[in-house]
Amino acid sequence: MFRVSPYPHIRDEVTTRRIMFIVIASLMPAFAGSIFFFGIKVLVLTAISVASSLICEVLCQIIRKKPITVSDGSAVVTGILLAFNLPPNVPYFVPAVGAFFAIVVGKQVFGGLGYNIFNPALVGRAFLMASWPSFMTGRWAVPRIGTMSGIIPGLSSLDVVSSATPLTAAKVYSGVPGLISLLNDKSTLLSLFVGTRGGCLGETSCLLLLAGGIILLIFKIIDYRIPLSYFVTVFSLTGILWFLGVTPLTPIFHILSGGLFLGAFFMATDYTTSPITKEGRWIFAIGCGVITVVIRLWGGYPEGVSYSILLMNAGTPLINRFTRPRIFGH
Amino acid sequence: MRRFTFPGGIHPEEHKSLTEGKPIREIKPPDEVIIPLSQHTGSPAKPIVEKGGRVKVGTKIGELTGFISANIHSSVSGEIKKVDLHSHPAGGNVLSVFITNDGKDECEDTSEKDIDSLSAKDIIGIVKEAGIVGLGGAAFPTYVKLSPPRGKSYQALILNGSECEPYLTCDCRLMVERPEDLLLGGRLIARAIGVKRCIIAIEENKPDAIGKMDKLAGKYDFELAVLRTKYPEGAEKQLIWAIAGSEVPTGGLPVDVGMCVHNVGTALAVYEAARFGKPLIERVVTVTGAVKSPSNFKVRIGTSFKKLVDEAGGYLGEPGKLIAGGPMMGISQYTDEVPVVKGTTGIFIQKKEESVPPHQTACIKCSRCVDVCPMRLLPTSILAFIERGDFSTAKELGVLDCMECGSCEYVCPARRPLIHNFKLAKVRLR
Repeated sequence: MFRVSPYPHIRDEVTTRRIMFIVIASLMPAFAGSIFFFGIKVLVLTAISVASSLICEVLCQIIRKKPITVSDGSAVVTGILLAFNLPPNVPYFVPAVGAFFAIVVGKQVFGGLGYNIFNPALVGRAFLMASWPSFMTGRWAVPRIGTMSGIIPGLSSLDVVSSATPLTAAKVYSGVPGLISLLNDKSTLLSLFVGTRGGCLGETSCLLLLAGGIILLIFKIIDYRIPLSYFVTVFSLTGILWFLGVTPLTPIFHILSGGLFLGAFFMATDYTTSPITKEGRWIFAIGCGVITVVIRLWGGYPEGVSYSILLMNAGTPLINRFTRPRIFGH
Repeated sequence: MRRFTFPGGIHPEEHKSLTEGKPIREIKPPDEVIIPLSQHTGSPAKPIVEKGGRVKVGTKIGELTGFISANIHSSVSGEIKKVDLHSHPAGGNVLSVFITNDGKDECEDTSEKDIDSLSAKDIIGIVKEAGIVGLGGAAFPTYVKLSPPRGKSYQALILNGSECEPYLTCDCRLMVERPEDLLLGGRLIARAIGVKRCIIAIEENKPDAIGKMDKLAGKYDFELAVLRTKYPEGAEKQLIWAIAGSEVPTGGLPVDVGMCVHNVGTALAVYEAARFGKPLIERVVTVTGAVKSPSNFKVRIGTSFKKLVDEAGGYLGEPGKLIAGGPMMGISQYTDEVPVVKGTTGIFIQKKEESVPPHQTACIKCSRCVDVCPMRLLPTSILAFIERGDFSTAKELGVLDCMECGSCEYVCPARRPLIHNFKLAKVRLR
């Protein structure tokens, strides 16, 4: 007896699970770096976030009477990304609640994997920002090497150095004499790149996130268009504004600070919530870049990456609609 | 050298090395052939023989009906056993002529004829009479392609030797073993359609064929175009785009951009019909995959798949799928008692463990399907609309332009059943 099925009879070896596995692997350099910088607490917070994501996914699927699909790894990715968006000193219940919101409201309510409109990890983060703003903006930790603001201590005796992340310092203490030039200093920029600074636990090391991003590009998991146009937009926009004197901070500082590397490589590139057309991806990421800069310079928050991506997620169906390619022969 | 190609497409593992070095071996005609009266696109032929009647090799047994149809000829000499329904490799049961082979191989007139004096009309007549259809798989009657609709004309002929389907090597072998006859057939086609410019297009993974054609193309006034190895490079519209840069309009035909595309095997059949009066009664079939000795066979039409598998040494391990054609667009069979027809390019056997139905998961909108679609469709979106029963939106998104090459489904990491649903939508929209 032969098996009968429609063609094609052969398939590429890439599966959803394999994609998720590569994404998880590409997050490991930044994860290891974070454990090194902020200690074992990072491991615990991430474990809680991942476990909570998995449990919520299973429970939702049981309630919805759907097949249990946690083994696809998508909930693990959401759990890790949510943890990466938390300050290192938040109480342990925070990732548990955040993951609950991310999976239940951000993902399963919409129909589960592939149907959500917003990036689930960012939905979780937004919920936590609204519910416990003091935890989300006040529980920073000084990295094992370096300082909170990334400014090398030998350069300054300013108090803010030990109390604020680079973007918060720039936003809140910009009046402090000498601070801006310290933030723009090469040694500070190097701290930002390597990760010897304060911030959310997974966002601080541009170097290690870049390594992960390169893994994603090499394995063709993400389209270069999104990170590239996101970076170029933030760089050129802040470059122009810096040149015009609107912001005292150099475009390099803007690229390296905050969560831009994490957002550009790992959050804005989420398949389900970003456009499916190539042209659409340019528009999407340029939009992310513009909104990020606007929030950073004129908004109430020091950082705008996560909200910019959430806003552009909302625009994705529309972008898909307006960038539909011309069909061959039409 | 310039490598012609098109945007999109995929790179499946080729596995051509199994058979590309195997010379075409003619196999002994079987004791019985079963020749379906519908082996082509269009209306079935009408049987013109009855039970007990005697036929020779090349005797016409089915007469074309309607404008798009093709004659059918006997591939052996012997006695008509019956005219009855029989399973067909393209699916379903088809009225077929069963002929008992007397082993004498008595032929209709096969004397050598002068082909230089043939006019365009003569050639089209010969092709029509010989029952020649496209041998690349679609089996569209060739004489129809040779007669462009009123007011339209051809500028160039492309002989399609791209053979982009993995595993298959029958066209490759023909180009290596019969290059001159094939080019002569191409010149006959060019004369029939009134064009000077002739191109032979070959994918670069066939260096032997390219080498032969590089030497001989000039002699027969052919240009050689080397194509990048990519599936579906040999699809008519993509091939024309790759070589001429023009898009066949939706719902249109290649003649709308002045191009005429024929498979290399078809060109050889045209040559043999014109030179020896030989109708289309045999073809080259690649038997490959999980068989003990993968081979290229020259086979009489109507020979059963089972016989070919036996000739190739039998199954290697337990067979899972028996496929008429290649792994990308081939049709899986429920029995090996189906006959080789004019459009059978190959028989591909997949091992049991390799033919396990893939585990389907939810679409994650990774857009790999969008990236590879040679027609620039959005397969993921079309599928979503079909799955919720919205066929009109699927139509708006261009499902009718889908050529069902299977590239989207090949790359889908969630193993979504795209092609199946697109076919369903086309049926529902018709």
